[in-house]
Amino acid sequence: MQPINQFTGVVCPLNRTNIDTDQIIPKQFLKRIERQGFGQFVFYNWRFDDDGNKREDFIMNQPQYEGAEILVAGENFGCGSSREHAPWALLDYGFRIIIAPSYADIFYNNSVKNGILALKLTEEEVAVIMERSKEEGYRLHVDLEEQSVKDENGFVAHFDIDPYWKKMLLNGWDEISVTLTEEDYIRQYEEKVYGQQYS
Amino acid sequence: MTKKTVIEKIWENHVVNRAEGKPDLLYIDLHLVHEVTSPQAFEGLRISERRVRRPDLTYATMDHNVPTIDRHIINDQVSKKQIETLEQNCREFGIELADIDHPDQGIVHVIGPQLGLTQPGKTIVCGDSHTSTHGAFGALAFGIGTSEVEHVLATQTIWQQRPKTLQIKVNGKLGFGVQSKDIILAIIAKFGVNAGSGYVMEYTGEAIRSLTMEQRMTICNMSIEAGARAGLVSPDETTVEYLRGRRYAPQGEEFEAAAAKWLALATDEGAEYDKTLEIDATEIEPQMTWGTNPSMGSGISGTVPSPDQFEREADKESVRLALDYMGLEAGTKLTDIPVDFVFIGSCTNSRLSDLRAAAEVAKGRKVKDNVTAIVVPGSQTVKQQAEAEGIDKVFMEAGFEWRDSGCSMCLAMNDDIVPAGKRCASTSNRNFEGRQGNGARTHLVSPTMAAAAAVTGHFTDVRQLSSVN
Repeated sequence: MQPINQFTGVVCPLNRTNIDTDQIIPKQFLKRIERQGFGQFVFYNWRFDDDGNKREDFIMNQPQYEGAEILVAGENFGCGSSREHAPWALLDYGFRIIIAPSYADIFYNNSVKNGILALKLTEEEVAVIMERSKEEGYRLHVDLEEQSVKDENGFVAHFDIDPYWKKMLLNGWDEISVTLTEEDYIRQYEEKVYGQQYS
Repeated sequence: MTKKTVIEKIWENHVVNRAEGKPDLLYIDLHLVHEVTSPQAFEGLRISERRVRRPDLTYATMDHNVPTIDRHIINDQVSKKQIETLEQNCREFGIELADIDHPDQGIVHVIGPQLGLTQPGKTIVCGDSHTSTHGAFGALAFGIGTSEVEHVLATQTIWQQRPKTLQIKVNGKLGFGVQSKDIILAIIAKFGVNAGSGYVMEYTGEAIRSLTMEQRMTICNMSIEAGARAGLVSPDETTVEYLRGRRYAPQGEEFEAAAAKWLALATDEGAEYDKTLEIDATEIEPQMTWGTNPSMGSGISGTVPSPDQFEREADKESVRLALDYMGLEAGTKLTDIPVDFVFIGSCTNSRLSDLRAAAEVAKGRKVKDNVTAIVVPGSQTVKQQAEAEGIDKVFMEAGFEWRDSGCSMCLAMNDDIVPAGKRCASTSNRNFEGRQGNGARTHLVSPTMAAAAAVTGHFTDVRQLSSVN
């Protein structure tokens, strides 16, 4: 995955709570066997009507949010299905950063593993960003190293992140390679529990 | 000795390595695989030239895409490709597969328990959020994403932060005509869709203890709808007796030895949880949802709420959007809402006891003319068992369609789709927008409530139909 540290981008506000992964990527697009190419289907049923025409009133379709790379949303973002197609679609569409008060557990893990920084701010801070990002061209600067989010008008917020995930994101590490350095421990466990080796 | 919960005991038994500043590395005892969330994982293995570390702990089936009529005719070429890809991957990596022709084929969360693969004390993962189902056995079972599927295939381990523990205590006895589905829907309606976020839940209390294994599976299945990756029930004699004689369970003397170990996993008397929530079973009536997430529901005697009844702005807005999507007016009695479709099936409610209970209601009655009702057994084995009891005939005589096993109308990745604007009484687990088809309106209910809706043409308190237990 791509490392991420300092990032500046246009913010798109999606002011809904409990946005589930069925909305992020509807089931009819889960049949592909690749990881790429899901961006065109992100929030499909909100972005397009039954005939495939853009719904002009949907926020992501408004010209000022074209090219937005930071998505801000309400609490419990990414609930429901474990489909990793959700972060694949968000990333492929162009979102590197998500900001919300809370995330569903599986979605959070899936995001981090794809190099998306899903960061948690308080409800109040999210509300401020929601409001300010109504303005055209509103950008945020995110710094993972110092765990901060800033805008150009004095807004500053700090976020917590698990040190393990922070390190993975900063370095863009492949988790399997990291785990394979634990081979001795895995082998010891298998010998203890299964009485034999598997590698 | 410190008193521990079943969750802590299983966790401790599986720690491969624990180090400062990292999550725990846990060993996985059973990895279930299906066609939708695995192709990219196998592809990843191929690219990195990695193999599957423990094919003997991996078991695959196909369920999401499979047709439930004319199983061999998959019109959707993309679906077909996905199914063929799983066959090819299982061959290449040496994984046992219950394919579309296999007598053991079925919904992954139905066949794991049925085959005895699911056992107390195991760590179980699958690229599917309803993996929490297996928690009914006192297993630590949770859904994972495709990157994690690849990780487990390659290493048989997973990095996990130690979860907090949440006890959901269901006090008292269930009332007449109330199902285990009603317990979990009531829990989610009361505590919300993220009550369990960051926790593993353990269901305890008198009402839970008295449930059968299949009823416990229904409850654990929907733990994820309360935000918890995993939800479980401490193993007891009910668990042991369910597993006795199952194909992949230990046999003979080994079984007795395993059973003793399983029972010892139960939460110790006096063990502490990070949090406890309680609900009174005696107050639970048959439930149904009216909105677009599983917490938007109530007892059947209720009415559709108004957004104004909610305090937070965000909730008012969610309810307003939900009512708009569902085509419902605030104040409507739930029993006045008509149905167009009825779906009895899914990993929540497609086991033999679910079908028996629904058939009891359907028996001697007729599905209303304008209603399409389908029954989709959770596995080919459940289908056979039901047919041996004549349950298929009861349904068909009442006007229900009797299908082959699969995920079917729960998520409409196959041909079973609810058309836009149509309303479905569904025994599945998610009422999200578009879940059963674009524009489809889902109301979650128990199997008996679904059958009652089918034969009356609207949502009905099943307790008011005669001859129902």
